[in-house]
Amino acid sequence: MADPMRIRAQAAGDKATVRVLMSHEMESGQRKDGTGKIIPAWHIQDVTATLNGKTVLTAEWGPAVSKNPFLQFTIKGAKAGDKVGITWKDNKGDTRTDEATVS
Amino acid sequence: MKKIAIALGLIGLSAFAFAEKSSTDSIAEYRQMLQDGNPADLFEAKGEGLWTQKRGPKNAALEKCDLGKGPGVVKGAWVELPRYFADTGRVQDLESRLLTCMQELQGFNAEEIAKTPFGKDEQNNVTALATWVAAESKGMKFNLSQSHIEERKMYEVGKRLFFMRGGSHDFACATCHAQDDKRIRLQDLPNLTKNPGAGNGFGAWPAYRVSNGQMWGAQLRLNDCYRQQRFPYPLFGSEVTIALGVYMGVNGKGGETVAPAIKR
Repeated sequence: MADPMRIRAQAAGDKATVRVLMSHEMESGQRKDGTGKIIPAWHIQDVTATLNGKTVLTAEWGPAVSKNPFLQFTIKGAKAGDKVGITWKDNKGDTRTDEATVS
Repeated sequence: MKKIAIALGLIGLSAFAFAEKSSTDSIAEYRQMLQDGNPADLFEAKGEGLWTQKRGPKNAALEKCDLGKGPGVVKGAWVELPRYFADTGRVQDLESRLLTCMQELQGFNAEEIAKTPFGKDEQNNVTALATWVAAESKGMKFNLSQSHIEERKMYEVGKRLFFMRGGSHDFACATCHAQDDKRIRLQDLPNLTKNPGAGNGFGAWPAYRVSNGQMWGAQLRLNDCYRQQRFPYPLFGSEVTIALGVYMGVNGKGGETVAPAIKR
């Protein structure tokens, strides 16, 4: 199973800033190993963010996104106490969901 | 006319000051920007989980591990390491001490883990644990003990190793790290013989290397220093690496730890 994400969500005014750190190898599929064989691509493909269960952001990611990616975005109308959920799914079908409370 | 000259002089001076500031300060600024999303946090979280998780042949947690301040005391342990441990009869740094705990409490084979290459299997867990333990002492000041004879001995050994020149390039640690305000290309070189360099330099590892996306503990840091000097690799947790740790740690006394840091 994948390692947990780190999600921080902070409300300021009528917006909340969400910062997410995901743990993933994000192998591009372009690199070769010691024996010259291509290392197969392994990266996050879909990212979904929810606010109290309602989807507020979806993203399609490719091999150009860095290892252990960092994602930051703002949600309009999010208040302290709201629940922010993040889900990612990679090209091997592995998935991980974590939740944080807006502070 | 004189006034204009002075004015021009001032502009020249400020422009110079600005130019001088830009190279090192922009690296600091770059680190500052990355610090906000330092992936070391992920390893820290993993290490915290590993500490309490029942693992290994004995199916036990590490919670009773004695890092020098008593069984299970983690906060403040890192700023006093390496130190002498009576139960093993030797001076140990954080990573070698974690190996001892993994062997004694969880039944892992410490020798086998020490032989595992960095970034593989249990080595990853040792790095994550070290990251978490170091992070628990964040902001505290280095205060290594020199009360035991073995600790004083290790300091002297470390000092000798630090200045020992050898290898195909006739290099020593001191070649790059014994003077103030030196750099390689744009990389500032800390003077590890005294503060602030010793505290900042030694106190930054474990750190996340952005350039290769790896989390490096102090053992891997020293291993790579020796690679760059074209020395043979020191063994994981060997006396050489621990002696150097004692030397830098004692030199860094009073310096604040920033580990886990983020590095280029």
